[in-house]
Amino acid sequence: MSALDHREQPPADLLVRGAHVLDPRAGIDAPHDVLVRAGVVAEIGAPGSLEAPDGAEVLDGEGRHLLPGFVDPHVHLRVPGQEHKEDLDSGTRAAAAGGYVAVVAMPNTDPVVDSAPVLRSLREAARREARVPVGFMASITRGLEGEALTEMAELADAGALGFTDDGRPVHRAGILRKALQYQRLAGRLLCLHEEDPSLSGRGVMHEGEVSARLGLAGIPSISESTLIARDASLAGYEDGRIHIQHLSARESVEAVAEAKARGVRITAEVSPHHLTLTAAALLRADAAQAGEAGRGRGSGLDTRLKMNPPLRAEEDRQALIAGLRDGTIDCVATDHAPHAREEKEVPFEEAPMGTTGLETAFAALYTELVRPGVLPLALIVDRLSAGAAFVGLPLPSIRTGEGANFCLVDLEAEYEVGEAGYESRSENCCFAGRRLHGRVLATVAAGAVAYRQRSFAVVGAA
Amino acid sequence: MRHLLSIEDLDRPAIERILDRAKSFTEVSEREIKKVPALRGRRVLNLFYEASTRTRSSFELAAKALSADVINFAAGGSAVEKGESLKDTVQTLSAYQPDLIVIRTPHVGAADLVAGWTTAGVVNAGDGKHEHPTQALLDVYALRDRIGSLDGRSIWIVGDVAHSRVARSCIHAFAAMGAKVTVCGPPTLIPRGMEAMGCEVAYTLDRLGEADVVYALRMQTERMTDSFVPSLREYAARYQIDGRRLGARQVLMHPGPVNRGVELSAEVIDSPQAVIGQQVAAGVVVRMAVLYELLAGRTAPERAAAPATPQLA
Repeated sequence: MSALDHREQPPADLLVRGAHVLDPRAGIDAPHDVLVRAGVVAEIGAPGSLEAPDGAEVLDGEGRHLLPGFVDPHVHLRVPGQEHKEDLDSGTRAAAAGGYVAVVAMPNTDPVVDSAPVLRSLREAARREARVPVGFMASITRGLEGEALTEMAELADAGALGFTDDGRPVHRAGILRKALQYQRLAGRLLCLHEEDPSLSGRGVMHEGEVSARLGLAGIPSISESTLIARDASLAGYEDGRIHIQHLSARESVEAVAEAKARGVRITAEVSPHHLTLTAAALLRADAAQAGEAGRGRGSGLDTRLKMNPPLRAEEDRQALIAGLRDGTIDCVATDHAPHAREEKEVPFEEAPMGTTGLETAFAALYTELVRPGVLPLALIVDRLSAGAAFVGLPLPSIRTGEGANFCLVDLEAEYEVGEAGYESRSENCCFAGRRLHGRVLATVAAGAVAYRQRSFAVVGAA
Repeated sequence: MRHLLSIEDLDRPAIERILDRAKSFTEVSEREIKKVPALRGRRVLNLFYEASTRTRSSFELAAKALSADVINFAAGGSAVEKGESLKDTVQTLSAYQPDLIVIRTPHVGAADLVAGWTTAGVVNAGDGKHEHPTQALLDVYALRDRIGSLDGRSIWIVGDVAHSRVARSCIHAFAAMGAKVTVCGPPTLIPRGMEAMGCEVAYTLDRLGEADVVYALRMQTERMTDSFVPSLREYAARYQIDGRRLGARQVLMHPGPVNRGVELSAEVIDSPQAVIGQQVAAGVVVRMAVLYELLAGRTAPERAAAPATPQLA
């Protein structure tokens, strides 16, 4: 993982005893002992068959699941410039707490990551601060202004994992076309935030029944899907490789499926919140537990549920689930977007877009999709790291001889999101207050222990 | 009931109770001394982030008629202009221990938020394009006075529905009182999904004759800039309520202020069908009844108790 940076930790010597190992890539789905020596998976054996060497830590895996670590191709770590929301340490701590062994940070920072010096200094900071390996994307256009291309070849040489103007669309087709042409030289993935501003306008939520009721300006589904169709057409013409970020609408899933059917080199991601929540969550009607008369209905607008693209309708959510199941959508990405408390503690229309997501991604998907039998656990586990391949990173797998990148999860553990605070510096989590199943107990990233859940007792050396 | 944040907080019996009490307050306005001591010693804070003539002054008159003390706080010229957040402003003003905060803001859901930040009761006097519950109550009051029961009546709300908090509150209130509501306007000014509120949608006035009541909305000139309608002239040609379109037995309503010659012609404003003046007059007694409903018989808010959980716990 050479394009990734993190603070080197002592390589782990540990034995995970008796955990149910589920690794769809390695074809493992059974209880095993897993021995890690010097950060590398040294041996996988029948439960109870392996002995911990002297000094090795023993993790009790009995009744728990050991999964290949997750890789998030889309997070906002807010460095440089917005460290009051998140920094490399807190953001990667949140990642580790969510079972992530690598994350890819977006360049919409201040300054924008649009030149090699900014990228190099970021990578240097990551080598000092990051708890799990971090990769960085650079912007497609200078200053995210959509006017001029960045020095993509130099940025690629400096280690940019890909290019994106995330947060904004590349609104001029001509500029995106040039980026696609230049991709032949610079390589690397072009990741696209798809939104036609002439359609989304001043919208703050999904356009539909809920926005009509609340009197809020809507962001129509077609503001996303029409731009996907345009960009898929451009990519097909230039034989470029594009990745569509945070799909939210049924029409968008259709547009990606059509492009794939035509042979366009296109992949797509979806967030846990778009897979599990809808705009109806903005109405207080279904959350009448507030109890007191006069607080029973009304707007109930929780700014933690404000993000771009917005939570959409149930039919959109179902289309996203179907897309993830049939492979139209390739991977899960959290779009972890921390904002400070005072920024979110304002009227809905004033609040910035974004929800945190690293710490809750697995639990949200497991609780809302796997437990009710909507999607198999193995598929969720696969899609939670599948994004790695699109930015040239190895796919984590639990195999002898490979570096240890995995997480130990207790599927039965139930908790209320936010009850014990967050590892992230920000607390704007859209799942706050919900009860979820599936708790990450420990994460081993790049061969070292990156996270251990506070109440998770270490058994100690055998 | 502690707050009035949305007309949806009120069911039909609650609306009737408030309006019946409003009726009993008309007698107060006819006295030489227009005051009763019902809310003596209570403190009402008017917090207005948007310009307002009739809503603010009628809340003030209503509070004073019930002998409450009133503090008016306008955002202009205050700490708000120095960048104070809504939360800090509300918490600062709450230190003056108001019993009730009447708030108008340009932001949807702001009254709801404020209710979580103060121990005082909160009345939503308009939150962006979302709701204006006391307007809907006074509209029902004025209408009951004119036509009696709303059961089975057809009410058409005509104009810029998309940007109207009055329309949203009135749809709920009229429906709660048994009326059948149709919204009508240019397709660019009727939000997608509006039918889900339980109203019918029409894009022309062709069937306006079915209506027992025609409720015209204010057409704001700034809508032209965003191309919602090509011109006021075209809008007026299609949607203006004039003597030709308004039937002799139909009742005409408007929340004011009226753009004469745009949504209404001068002749209908001054016609006997119009209850526009009665709507304004109802404002004071209905708001008296709302203040009474929320404050009378209630002990002062628990100072010791923490306010309801704020948004970000």
